Amino acid sequence: MKLGYMLIVLAFLSIVYLFIGNSDISPMDIFHLTPVQLQVLQVSRFPRLISILVAGISMSVIGLIMQQLTRNRFVSPTTAGTMDSARLGILVTLMWFPGASPLQKMLVAFAFALAGTLIFMRILEKVKFKDTIYIALLGLMFGNIVSSVTTFFAYKNDLIQNMSSWLQGDFSTIMKGRYELIYISIPLLIIVYLFANRFTLAGMGEDFSTNLGLAYRKVVNLGLILVAMVSAVVIITVGTIPFLGLVVPNIVTLYKGDNLRDTLPHTAVLGAIFVLVCDILGQLIIYPYQLSISLTVGVVGSVLFLYLLLRRKAYES
Amino acid sequence: MRMKYTANTWKFGILITAAVLLIGVFLVIQSGGNWDYILPRRGKKILAIVLTGACIAYSTAIFQTITNNRILTPGIMGLDSLYMLFQTFAVFVFGSTHISFVNKNLNFAVSVLLMTLFALLLHQFMFRRERGRNIYLLLLVGLILGTLFQSMSSFMEVLIDPNEFLVLQGKMFASFNNVNTDLLIISMVAIILILLYAQKFTKYLDVLSLGKDHAVNLGVDYQYIVKRLLLVVMVLVSISTALVGPIMFLGLLVVNLAHQIFRSHRHKVLIWGSVIIAVVSLVGGQLIVERVFTFATTVSVIINFVGGVYFIYLLLKENKSW
Repeated sequence: MKLGYMLIVLAFLSIVYLFIGNSDISPMDIFHLTPVQLQVLQVSRFPRLISILVAGISMSVIGLIMQQLTRNRFVSPTTAGTMDSARLGILVTLMWFPGASPLQKMLVAFAFALAGTLIFMRILEKVKFKDTIYIALLGLMFGNIVSSVTTFFAYKNDLIQNMSSWLQGDFSTIMKGRYELIYISIPLLIIVYLFANRFTLAGMGEDFSTNLGLAYRKVVNLGLILVAMVSAVVIITVGTIPFLGLVVPNIVTLYKGDNLRDTLPHTAVLGAIFVLVCDILGQLIIYPYQLSISLTVGVVGSVLFLYLLLRRKAYES
Repeated sequence: MRMKYTANTWKFGILITAAVLLIGVFLVIQSGGNWDYILPRRGKKILAIVLTGACIAYSTAIFQTITNNRILTPGIMGLDSLYMLFQTFAVFVFGSTHISFVNKNLNFAVSVLLMTLFALLLHQFMFRRERGRNIYLLLLVGLILGTLFQSMSSFMEVLIDPNEFLVLQGKMFASFNNVNTDLLIISMVAIILILLYAQKFTKYLDVLSLGKDHAVNLGVDYQYIVKRLLLVVMVLVSISTALVGPIMFLGLLVVNLAHQIFRSHRHKVLIWGSVIIAVVSLVGGQLIVERVFTFATTVSVIINFVGGVYFIYLLLKENKSW
């Protein structure tokens, strides 16, 4: 797959996307839009498209970074407790600072996501049995524990249903004025790209990369900070999108290998396409109602992930 | 060796006394003299607690031996997510007053059936064509399906009317407060039958814990026994989940405590120890919920919280066993 073709597909899908939805806007109208149609495009469709693209790109890219840093194909923000920790952070703001602005919420979520990811990395260092699948299992267990803490406090404060909605990734609430925070992740992604070579090196292990003159600790910490920050941004604006950071990088690696400089653009574009297609499906399946993105991505993603897992098994034996 | 035996007997004695005392306190505290009303009600609760505690402790102890790992619990295989999916689905589609949700016997039967079916399918699928060589793979597959069920339920949860959600929320957390007598008896019979069946295999547990290679070397039909035991574990977990609701980290907590307290690798000691610790912690937890928190929280939420924190401590502590 050439990157160029993928970009063309993405552009085509994005244009199609603008004409899908409840109020009728057909491509024919494009040169003589009524004020209402113009407003729909400006207030709802464009913001939604942009947040889909950015969220898709961000989640897949940070998934790739995490896999590179932990040297494990099955680690991602959803399987390492990052997302669950971010949710715990949001719960804390809901409980103690109910008047916090989205930006403040995001900062708290970021702090928690970072702490959670760091704890998971500590656990990884302690564990002696480094089976890939086992590590993934451990990460998911860890995530479950963090959410059991969340549940403990949410239950006491009657916030369970409220927390469920944070668990739920959903683009249908995206509107002008409520999504702009997601732009924060664009400069972060640029940093990721600039540091791509170093992350590739770090993926070769501590000893080897230190030998090659890399400040291993610093690079790993930078990577984790980026991961936590992007996760917090996405969870605040969109919600959790399960499996995205897991499936997309794995598919890209299948045909592209391990050099981050090469795989990053592919991962980014494929991630965007993946989310876009899922959201189009979500809008069409029960039209005029909508399925949330975490449901569609969850279903498609988990099937793909199972395929990757079992395929790997068949390949080994 | 002799010394250790006596020490463990003492520990057993203390734990059993604690359990009996706690149960006694639970039965008589703040009774107001209304014995005819209170004793049967509280007795039922105690019976439910003992049953689920025993179920979970027993299945987790076996599960950890089969997987050769002390930080796993059968709760991660997605059974409780399936249970919640069914409950959410019933409320979402039919409403909280529909028979499938209100009629406890029906609800119980369907839940157990669904979970057992799921367990069987997962089991069949994974052990076919030699895929079952890696038991972690089976767990991960279960876990992913669990996540899938969870995203389906949380999609419905968000859409449910908040009043209906409160009814559903009662199902999300294990509760011993209104367990049905019929169900108690049915599950008790089922559990006893399953335990009798499992009796054939439990004598191999000490050998299994040496690891697969040693066990095979010592003449144990490893695959055959592990498969059967895994099925027993899954069915027991299904029954206890359908009876009171999901308690994810109870097993993890009690089996590890049993390891720490008894420092033994003999399964007779371990299993019984875990069962008694489970009863102590559940009855104690329930007392705290009723008397200290005055029902502001549920015992499963507390136990998941405590168990979870303990688990992170276990992970961060240097340990050779994993």
